[in-house]
Amino acid sequence: MTAAAQTVTTAAEAGTGGILLWVVLPYLSLAVFVLGHVWRYRYDKFGWTTRSSQLYENRLLRIGSPLFHFGILVVLIGHVIGLLLPESWTAAAGVGETSYHVTAVTLGTVAGVCTLGGLAILIYRRRTVGPVFSATTRNDKAMYVSLTATIALGLAATVDANIAGGGYNYRETVSPWFRSIFSVQPDPHLMSGAPLLYRLHALSAMLLFAAWPFTRLVHMLTAPVGYLTRPYIVYRSRDTRLGARAPRRGWERTG
Amino acid sequence: MPRGEATIGRVMAQMAMVMNLDKCIGCHTCSVTCKQAWTNRTGVEYVWFNNVETRPGQGYPRCYEDQGRWRGGWELNKRGRLALKAGGRFKKLITIFSNPVLPSLDDYYQPWTYDYETLTNAPLQDHTPVARPKSLITGKDMKISWSANWDDDLGGSAQHGEKDVLLGQVCEKIKLEFEQTFMFYLPRICEHCLNPSCAASCPSGAIYKREEDGIVLVDQDRCRGWRMCVTGCPYKKVYFNHRTGKAEKCTFCFPRVEVGLPTVCSETCVGRLRYIGLVLYDADKVLEAASTPDDTGLYEAQRSVFLDPDDPHVIAAAERAGIPRDWIEAAQRSPVHALINKYRVALPLHPEYRTLPMVWYVPPLSPVVDAVRDSGHDAEDHRNLFAAVDALRIPVDYLAQLFTAGDPAPVDAVLRRLAAMRSYMRDINLGREPDAAIPERVGMGEEQMYDMYRLLALAKYDERYVIPPAHAEQAHKLEELATECSLDYEGGPGMGGSGPFGEASGGAAPIAVETYRALRDRQTSDTPAAPLDKDTRVNLLNWDGKGSPPGLFPPPPPGGDATGHGGGEVEPKP
Repeated sequence: MTAAAQTVTTAAEAGTGGILLWVVLPYLSLAVFVLGHVWRYRYDKFGWTTRSSQLYENRLLRIGSPLFHFGILVVLIGHVIGLLLPESWTAAAGVGETSYHVTAVTLGTVAGVCTLGGLAILIYRRRTVGPVFSATTRNDKAMYVSLTATIALGLAATVDANIAGGGYNYRETVSPWFRSIFSVQPDPHLMSGAPLLYRLHALSAMLLFAAWPFTRLVHMLTAPVGYLTRPYIVYRSRDTRLGARAPRRGWERTG
Repeated sequence: MPRGEATIGRVMAQMAMVMNLDKCIGCHTCSVTCKQAWTNRTGVEYVWFNNVETRPGQGYPRCYEDQGRWRGGWELNKRGRLALKAGGRFKKLITIFSNPVLPSLDDYYQPWTYDYETLTNAPLQDHTPVARPKSLITGKDMKISWSANWDDDLGGSAQHGEKDVLLGQVCEKIKLEFEQTFMFYLPRICEHCLNPSCAASCPSGAIYKREEDGIVLVDQDRCRGWRMCVTGCPYKKVYFNHRTGKAEKCTFCFPRVEVGLPTVCSETCVGRLRYIGLVLYDADKVLEAASTPDDTGLYEAQRSVFLDPDDPHVIAAAERAGIPRDWIEAAQRSPVHALINKYRVALPLHPEYRTLPMVWYVPPLSPVVDAVRDSGHDAEDHRNLFAAVDALRIPVDYLAQLFTAGDPAPVDAVLRRLAAMRSYMRDINLGREPDAAIPERVGMGEEQMYDMYRLLALAKYDERYVIPPAHAEQAHKLEELATECSLDYEGGPGMGGSGPFGEASGGAAPIAVETYRALRDRQTSDTPAAPLDKDTRVNLLNWDGKGSPPGLFPPPPPGGDATGHGGGEVEPKP
């Protein structure tokens, strides 16, 4: 059976709804994420910023912001390991299923709680501190809803499956599905069997990624890691580029 | 200094400023015009690229000089190497989510407006309606308790005076009596440092120093609002725009400087105390100078970075580095170079921050003169003044904290030079025989002393500002050969941006030429209303359509060929 035929078969088992949710939506979300960022970077470099509100208020931000950001960084690393590394790889490295799961659940729960706690502080601050609230746009509010829903669902899925329930090995269903998206052989069947909270988490994440390029979250993509290697003082010639933007096509300077 | 023999590294030009503090009357005109030009927008209500502080005083933002608290600038680490005081690259990235030493809005001030509408809307009543102050940040009623110059003229200094950071370093016993002793004004802009710690602190690399003129700018398209530059600058001259989420700072009015005009703050300075000019420096020596072990050695170390523009070796090296000839000539005529290196009366502001600042100050002699005059002695006599410079430790020590990292010797020397100039010129003004011994006592010649007097006291416009225009205008000519308007010659009718299809048609005139030409003519001509080399303007409202008033058409070219629109056409076509 060829790969394409297999895809068709499994797709048929998943039904139209399954195809829409686990094949069409991921690719749509991915396309909007990538192209959206390209468009935003070309069109709105000036708006590409963290829009920090530290000037208005520092007491709550000092606790909430690092809590949230470091938490979400650990969550990100956890997702990279959990979704991208196949189970056979960790097994080959000598990490058994039980020890992997205990580590992942513990770290994931701690990081998730930190993230959610930080987010709660930040949202409380955003609502109660006058200047911060008046600097909050509708776009921000929608982003906060989407972000909070995604994180809360993710944490809920972990807690529900591992602490309340007997544990769920997402590396047999969710992770292969995630990889199948990027190997262009999407397998919606894998996802149809996952617990509801996992499916909701994945759905909300896809919606969040589709909205990502149009929110203030873009600052993540320009995380300044280049700072570690560049020289301290930047010199730039006035003549290389007149004005801050590169000239539009057809308007380049000659000579 | 035998600079000719020493190897010269990469020569760079720096646009720099010197302010003569004796002349500052604290009128805030520079601040206001700068604000109108650059920061009259939402998001930067609290921002003053240029501000004038009364010293002794806390400054703006409050107590910004307390680097133990604000961690601005550079320091030498344990191995004697230059390091950012607020922490290196890793520390910056670790604390990026919440900058631990960012000044809050209260350290600047809460900007406000007034509820003016009440004055016109209020119903008839017994009491006059009041326009209440409203915060521009929260929009609510507020009590005004601080501003950018709240302690202006020592206002409230009985309450806040002891908070002056420098006074704490000078001496315990003078803390309570300083306001009876002396007072002066300190206008401040961005220092456009040779070793800018704001640029070094920027995680995005958005703050850069221009190679051509050394102006430090923020690329608004690359700034991501990480806020580290605000901490990095020890002068607190990088500001966070809370609406756009981007850093903003003084631009040295680069659109004006590029066409040879002084900055707005200089142009509008009532006291004519600002000087703008080029300084040539050796970029390869900057790090070494900034790493000078002793804080008090930094003033001399920075001077050793500057190059003598009259030295043939320097000229050759500058030409190799691609600095245009007219820029080298401008550097030779530069008043900034003269005040810093020839007359040695200008000092850097807080050299101990190790950023090698490029806005220097001529310290004020007036506290000394006032003290001598108040004591009933002749305040023009150099012997009295010299003795006073030696005796009046409070102002000298305070100035030393400000300009030489606490070393009183250079401040003493500058004040003595200024005092000598004062008494030497007094003899000349009174028609007496000038005393050559006076300049000699401060190590200057008579002619040099007169030149210094001319630059400091007469301060002619074109001697104060020696600003060579940028060479962007050549780029246009070089790349678009023979595409310019044929009437666009110097003084021609096309000059000023009129193309063949009327005003503003044709290729875009450089903004420089179009916008600033009129201003330039006005400043350099003797007749403000009608420049002699310009055609008189014709008021067409008064023209009945018959004949041709003089000046309506340009004069026919001298070679004859007066066809078409000559002055000879009597009847206009209907």
